[in-house]
Amino acid sequence: MQELSSVALAAAARDVISVRHLSKDYGEGPNAIAALRDIDLTVGDGEFVAIVGPSGCGKSTLLKILAGLLPATGTAMLNGTPVSGPRRDIGMVFQSPVLFPWRTVLDNALLPVDVQQLGRDRMVERAKSLIALVGLSGFGHRYPWELSGGMQQRVALVRALIHDPALLLMDEPFGALDALTRESMNVELQRIWLDRRKTVVFVTHSTSEAVFLADRVMVMTARPGRIGDVLKIDLPRPRTLDVMTGETFGAYVRRIRAGLNAGGGIE
Amino acid sequence: MIGGLRNFSLRLLLILAVLAVWEGFVRLFDVPAFILPRPSNVFLALYRGTVSTMYLEHLRVTLLETLIGFAVGSGLALALGTVVALSRRTEYFLYPFIVMFQAMPKVALAPIIIVWFGLGLTSKVVTAALVAFFPLLVNTIVGLRSADEDRVSLMRSLAASRWQIFWMLQLPNAMPYIFAGLEIAMIFSLLGAIVAELVGAESGLGMLIQSMNFTMDVAGQFSVLLILSAVGLALNGIVTAIRRRVLFWDVSQKAADIPGAKATKGGVP
Repeated sequence: MQELSSVALAAAARDVISVRHLSKDYGEGPNAIAALRDIDLTVGDGEFVAIVGPSGCGKSTLLKILAGLLPATGTAMLNGTPVSGPRRDIGMVFQSPVLFPWRTVLDNALLPVDVQQLGRDRMVERAKSLIALVGLSGFGHRYPWELSGGMQQRVALVRALIHDPALLLMDEPFGALDALTRESMNVELQRIWLDRRKTVVFVTHSTSEAVFLADRVMVMTARPGRIGDVLKIDLPRPRTLDVMTGETFGAYVRRIRAGLNAGGGIE
Repeated sequence: MIGGLRNFSLRLLLILAVLAVWEGFVRLFDVPAFILPRPSNVFLALYRGTVSTMYLEHLRVTLLETLIGFAVGSGLALALGTVVALSRRTEYFLYPFIVMFQAMPKVALAPIIIVWFGLGLTSKVVTAALVAFFPLLVNTIVGLRSADEDRVSLMRSLAASRWQIFWMLQLPNAMPYIFAGLEIAMIFSLLGAIVAELVGAESGLGMLIQSMNFTMDVAGQFSVLLILSAVGLALNGIVTAIRRRVLFWDVSQKAADIPGAKATKGGVP
């Protein structure tokens, strides 16, 4: 075990996520498939990190490990404590909204409150203000099947934020939406993030989505999944959709593409 | 367009025409009443049996057997189905029994059940419960296991306990399957009660059919069949009405309303 310098310890204390030499195999013995190899990753408090990679590169696996849903070798620390199982200080958003059709929008948003017994009375007002924040005022008593796909994903976002988690894990949350809705959801997410300043790990296979949203973009390569290029995105916020046609934006996207191609490219 | 007053009258007219042709055919060819009764005699028998309250007493017995059998069979199926769905180990050991009973025509057990439990209410309840049990058991197991993987991941990511996952996700998620099972179980328990009454009983509509058969009162038997149809429709209507209220969120439930579209997963009655 390497001894940590006091500087590294201080840095680790500020990091919400600190991952060292993380590896994950599916299966055992000679038939084991390496999903992740030697991942190092730190995410600072309030930072928005996007992970871009081709399908099957293990980026969803990495999120599941961070959420405590999958075991792995190596260390993954969240707020200074090792991730050993599911924990209460994480909010997750999946590719599909994963709403419960028997619950209203408000009740879906309050699911973490019910599970973690945080007291509905105390949290209803918070749920309503978050529902307003994502632009769904007046829809609290509707059912998910009465909403469009984009609206459903907004409810999923409220649900992920309701218990005030330290970390928001988003697994291709807008992947199932059409291009126009996706762009407006990106703008919305940035607005909400600027408002709440959560630490976010955002997995996507869209290079432009990653550049538009993130402070830092990590490029993952496939089989086994490794982190290749890491880019700091220096674009002023709030970013508008116009920024996407700019030269700087294009340069970032080209560099991510190059990183993806070097690692086997997008299938 | 289907529906509307005009089509409805045509439909009614068609039924009356069929009855008229039937009546005419029996009168014209002098068909003996023990082969095919006249519809007019069937309705007459229905009227007499109802007015004399004889039918009502037998109906009360059959309904009681059916409802207790349904309650017992459904209760056991829900309980055992839950245990099996939540424990792979239990499933492993019970699986051979479930498969064997599922393929077996349960009504064939009625004679043995009469020997074991006598001619009274108990044997009918046992038969009804046994026949109602399997479709609901299978639907409960399948339903509880059908929870979407992402939804389970979501619950686990919130650090939900196993019980919370069961109560907040698996059980509500299984309700469409459970209600499909309950609808079949309701009809099957009526079937089980009637079969057991045919085999041996002191009262009940099945016993009534059997005794009318001995006296060659075919018109009477037809009138009891009419009552049984009405009872089946009413019982099914009650379960369907409850399902519509409980499963208002189930977008696929329109498909379940189409007769015949519902899969009978419980094997042979």
